Amino acid sequence: MKIPWKIQRQTEWYLLFVIIVLSAFLTVVNPKFFTLENIFDFLRNNSFLGIVALGELVVLISGGIDVSFTAIATVAQYLMGLVISTTMVNNVLLAFLIPIPIGIALGAVNGVLVYYTRVHPVIITISTLNFYYGVLMFLTKGTWIYKFPPAFREFAKLKVVTFMGAQGVPFGFSFFTLLWIILGFFTFVVLRYLTIGRKIYAVGGNLEAARRAGFNIFRVQLFVYSYIGLLAGIAGFVHAQLNQMIQPNAIVGRELDVIAATILGGASIFGGSGTVWGAFLGVLLIAIIKNGLILMKASAYWHEVIMGSIIVLAASISAYQRKLQIRREKGRFAEEQIF
Amino acid sequence: MQIVALMVLLGVLFALMAFLTQGKLLEAQSFQAIAFQMPLLGLLTLAQMGPMLSGGIDLSIIATANLVSIVMALSMTQFFPALQAPFAILLGLGLSLLLGILKGFFIALVSVPAIIATLGLMIFIRGLALVITRGYVIAGFPPDFLFIGNGTVVGIPVPFLVFAIFASLMYLLLSRTQFGLELYLFGSNPVATLFSGVNNRKVVFRTYLLSSFLAGIASCVMASRFNAAQADYGESYLLLTVLACVLGGVSPSGGSGRVWGIVVSVVVLQVVATGFNLLGFSSHLASALWGMILLGVVLFNRLFLA
Repeated sequence: MKIPWKIQRQTEWYLLFVIIVLSAFLTVVNPKFFTLENIFDFLRNNSFLGIVALGELVVLISGGIDVSFTAIATVAQYLMGLVISTTMVNNVLLAFLIPIPIGIALGAVNGVLVYYTRVHPVIITISTLNFYYGVLMFLTKGTWIYKFPPAFREFAKLKVVTFMGAQGVPFGFSFFTLLWIILGFFTFVVLRYLTIGRKIYAVGGNLEAARRAGFNIFRVQLFVYSYIGLLAGIAGFVHAQLNQMIQPNAIVGRELDVIAATILGGASIFGGSGTVWGAFLGVLLIAIIKNGLILMKASAYWHEVIMGSIIVLAASISAYQRKLQIRREKGRFAEEQIF
Repeated sequence: MQIVALMVLLGVLFALMAFLTQGKLLEAQSFQAIAFQMPLLGLLTLAQMGPMLSGGIDLSIIATANLVSIVMALSMTQFFPALQAPFAILLGLGLSLLLGILKGFFIALVSVPAIIATLGLMIFIRGLALVITRGYVIAGFPPDFLFIGNGTVVGIPVPFLVFAIFASLMYLLLSRTQFGLELYLFGSNPVATLFSGVNNRKVVFRTYLLSSFLAGIASCVMASRFNAAQADYGESYLLLTVLACVLGGVSPSGGSGRVWGIVVSVVVLQVVATGFNLLGFSSHLASALWGMILLGVVLFNRLFLA
């Protein structure tokens, strides 16, 4: 297990380096990029992606993958919106608590299906994505929700620290960024110090070995898919707060940004490795690239080409590192066996 | 075993759909619609079959088919209208092989897992299609091209013939050639296959090349049937091709599944899809049902057939 950790750290340093170079470049193009105001704004706007990326990280470490979390976030968010807009309960904590059990329940369904069918999680989660999202769209006909109680509207402006801008417009460190950091720290503790976290690495590193060592694979898979469900629920709340509007089709379709960010952050597509710090940097890099494309006025049509290339490139690097690792550990012939 | 189960399922679903649509499914018009629509799903499913037999998946077949359609459409309507359909088709199939080489390169040579590689390439290829078309539809093809999707030969729809030819070729390729045998072997146990002296990378490379080529053929039928090409046509087909493969007895972990299973399961799905259409289901309800059916089939296979 020692070598992957080392590679891991390298990946993160490369990433940090790329982020710094890109930021410097963007600052030269547009000096506004590197102001405290823009950075805070940037972190606030990407807290949704950042939070779900933490969930995807945990699933990837366990050797799985989840593409249905966008549908889970949408369903959880929409049900929350329905409840608070019809009852007009003026309490944000209550609103925050609604999407969580929904997210966990829908995630748990994925976990159970992945374990029992033993079919690749992409097939399972594409099916549940279609199912959750299809049912929601069918029942709601895509109606938007934008009538929220006042407390819910005020809460979005909550800042942990507030500064006064040059034009007298206050700006600051958003509560949602803090939430992202807290959840990141929580995920870090789960992965690093709790038994379940170590089990997730073990299952992702070698499922068969973990099974023979007596680990309960079902419990681990149920945990990881419920965990991303939980984070998707919270992220659904954050998304509704940031936009002050719930559109059923706003989140679905962004799965790949999150998966790309997590893989870029060094989480292995083969399972068994990945860190919270890497996932954080991965989200930043994807966000900076997207921001940069807009700043440089690249046509929106090129975004997909560039995102696709990034995913393929990041996955290729991940595959190449694994190849080198196998060659080092088992010799040249063994690398032919990695399919 | 599987074929009997599938035939029973087909009979039951057919009766159910006929009942639900109050007999509309039994009208000649519906049969004709099925015969014209089934080949597209069938060809795309054949494209999905090879990768799934190898234990992988190709998420980029729809994107590939769309990009090929667009290039054929541009060739016929703007760049080489004088050269007509045959040249456009050659150009399109050439492009599909090129995309196959790209997929094969990342999956077989760089060893990126097929799911991630084709996911990334799906976005990349769709992105290219968007860059070329700017999201617009390219429409209006010459009559000889439209014949592929809409014509009939002695009463048999041409797309149906195309599907029959390629399903037979696929059958021969899988059951009568060395490549077919190696593909099944690789799908069921790659390490054992390697130790039997098979060049695994070559098998995988050819699988994705074949898959892209079949996506290219499907693209001819698709563009011709719609008389148009666009970057995001037929995205709902992706889930359906996986469903058709799994329903037809292709194991998602690779190694087993026959062409006849695919053919029957495609007919089943087309009957259900036509039924949904006649019942006036929205596309969202249909995709929710498809998702549920796929999960149901996978669970059924696990519980009763494994």
